[in-house]
Amino acid sequence: MKKVFKAFFEKFRREKAERPLSETANTQPSVEIHPLKKSERIIEVQGLTKVFDGVTVIDNMNLAIKKGEFVTLLGPSGCGKTTLLRIIAGFETPTEGQVFLENVNVTDVPPYRRPVNTVFQRYALFPHLNVFKNIAYGLKIKKIDKKVIAEKVNAALKMVDLEGYGHRDVSSLSGGQQQRVAIARALVCEPKVLLLDEPLGALDLKMRKDMQEELMAMHKRLGITFLYVTHDQEEALTMSDTVVVINDGVIQQIGTPKKIYDEPANAFVADFIGESNIISGVMLKDFCVRFLGQDFECVDKGFAKNEKVDLVIRPEDIKVYPEGDEKGQLVGKVLSSIFKGTFYQMEILANEYQFTVQSTKESKEGDTVSIGVKPDGIHIMKKLRSTNTFYGKVTGEDTVEFCGTEFTFNNVDGIEAGTDVEISVDFDAVSLNDDETDGDLGGNVSQTLYKGKYYQVQVYTDTDEDFFTDTVDDWDINDRIGIKIDHSKIVVKRLENEE
Amino acid sequence: MKSKKKLRLSKGTMAFPYFAVSVLFVIVPLVLILVYAFTDASGNFTFENFARLGAASSWKSIIRSFLIAFFTTVICLLLSYPTALALTKIKASKRMIILMIFIMPMWINSLLRIYAVQLFYADTLGMEKGFVLTLIGMVYDFFPFMLLPIYTILADMDKMVLEASADLGAKPAETFFKVRLPLSMPGIVSGALMVFMPAMSSFAVSDILGYDGGSATFLDGKLFGNVIYYYFERGNYNSGSALALLLLVLILFSTFLSNVLTKGKTARKGGTIA
Repeated sequence: MKKVFKAFFEKFRREKAERPLSETANTQPSVEIHPLKKSERIIEVQGLTKVFDGVTVIDNMNLAIKKGEFVTLLGPSGCGKTTLLRIIAGFETPTEGQVFLENVNVTDVPPYRRPVNTVFQRYALFPHLNVFKNIAYGLKIKKIDKKVIAEKVNAALKMVDLEGYGHRDVSSLSGGQQQRVAIARALVCEPKVLLLDEPLGALDLKMRKDMQEELMAMHKRLGITFLYVTHDQEEALTMSDTVVVINDGVIQQIGTPKKIYDEPANAFVADFIGESNIISGVMLKDFCVRFLGQDFECVDKGFAKNEKVDLVIRPEDIKVYPEGDEKGQLVGKVLSSIFKGTFYQMEILANEYQFTVQSTKESKEGDTVSIGVKPDGIHIMKKLRSTNTFYGKVTGEDTVEFCGTEFTFNNVDGIEAGTDVEISVDFDAVSLNDDETDGDLGGNVSQTLYKGKYYQVQVYTDTDEDFFTDTVDDWDINDRIGIKIDHSKIVVKRLENEE
Repeated sequence: MKSKKKLRLSKGTMAFPYFAVSVLFVIVPLVLILVYAFTDASGNFTFENFARLGAASSWKSIIRSFLIAFFTTVICLLLSYPTALALTKIKASKRMIILMIFIMPMWINSLLRIYAVQLFYADTLGMEKGFVLTLIGMVYDFFPFMLLPIYTILADMDKMVLEASADLGAKPAETFFKVRLPLSMPGIVSGALMVFMPAMSSFAVSDILGYDGGSATFLDGKLFGNVIYYYFERGNYNSGSALALLLLVLILFSTFLSNVLTKGKTARKGGTIA
């Protein structure tokens, strides 16, 4: 089941470019900006929003980047990371918000006057110029002395290991060589920040690995700030000092690669970074969490008593013991076991949850085993949401309109018609139907997330709203379905007056 | 293997109608022109027909034809490039409609279009027939042939390359002259050839819109195409063929020249006519 979900999720990631969605649509980012001194901030965006044709690609984003760091913007395609980079480079104007370079507001400065240079996804070399002239382009524009240009270009060629290629036609170079020319062309201008937009996306695996190392070495040697965009989580974890995980135009987490991996801020980050088992649970008290019907010791605290939480367990943190071993906490059955070179990847069903487990010891398919997790192998995350919130209007004595549909509700507060209101609908008040006409309104399934025993499903309505609900069934992405709401569970509140 | 052989045979068979048509209407007339050019009225081999080329009137008509073709090309280019550039900036949905408006005249017979020019400029506005009106007619006639290749190359141009130029510090004007214009050369060359060559050999436009009375200035005189037409009309196929052959050589030479001039400077993208 989990495999199926993964496949859907992959598909969803690919198709997402059309409209960004996620389970975190309306939540505030859980940002942990390390307090940067003003002089340390090389790039900063404040309240940044970008809307393309009515679709919000970047949603009120705040971010500060430290001078000299290798920072990666990581997220699925369509999450807004490339748009953010293009706004920093100056190719797009933000709908709202400001961009600062070295604490100078550059929001309205055209790209040719910004002290940054970009390495483009598909190289974007000038096809009518040879390698030397491509690299010299930026220096020539600056009207630098010809001799100096020749010196700098030759030094740049040497740096990217392309000495003697100056006279070559760019189309005669391999993909890797073209990418190196693109990097040299940007670096020769000595930018304050080098922006890289998925620069290794078009290269084959081996070339990627080589270029990753070269880029890291270059960053170390030059001391320039690198801002790197990628959707490849492995690349991000390998190369960066700081990773910024973005989804749906909202920053999900900022941190070192280790922190992002070990302590994902929410279910999205946990799922996006590496393989993980994401389970819903209840925090009974500090250092004690209950999930899959059992109590577990953990290392997290500070949650409310009985607060619903998401928790993540990495596949390598699950220990497999023989049947009956006392060290195990759950009894499971091995569904599959695949040898992956240095470990066995197993799917183990325990208490109705299918765990993905990586272990150096093999267990055979069909074996009954005992599995256990050490307290520090369980990472607790705040649940992002358990209610849907909408804005609408009361239309009558006991009717309210939201998402383009009228609903009856229990008007206990006696809210008069015409009042703008906030409507909350709990996840469990929402049910999904195969037939659109069986629901109160129609929508398309845009994401499903396996949470153990149930799926969290996100449905995108025709009125550009997102509905979330937990169901036991898995739904196909893009399926047209009906959303049914239990009218007695609709909670309507007056909007606070802003005057 | 067997099926492959069969396929090839059928492909060859399919090409036969085209082959037959081109033999009948291209190869045979070319051979006839060649034969007529080197024979006299009674069918004997001679270079006599080419002697007429030395006459001042022939040279003058060649120069006139060249000048009018040159001006037509330059004006078409100056009109087309900004138009094509503006077209690429319009929203894709509206773009096709506007492009259609420019292309639609191509669907109407060119003779009709030329008569329309006569009707409007000469008969209604009272403009004198001559060099200027001929030029207007030519520009009107050939404009789409310049617009289309330039539009195609501008629309297909990788925007990233233009952004890269801005990223490296080039102001919009610098980006235009250093990147956009060089990269649109194939479209410009192809458009220029498609306008220059038919304009050079044109005779219908100048026949209808050219000067039609008494003495005239140098520019108002007959074009090369009209001279050839003049000979054919009077049954002098030998002299007409000789001049036609010369025109053919001149056009081939100019095509060759433009290919040499732009070689190595053009991107692989975009069509050339040859």
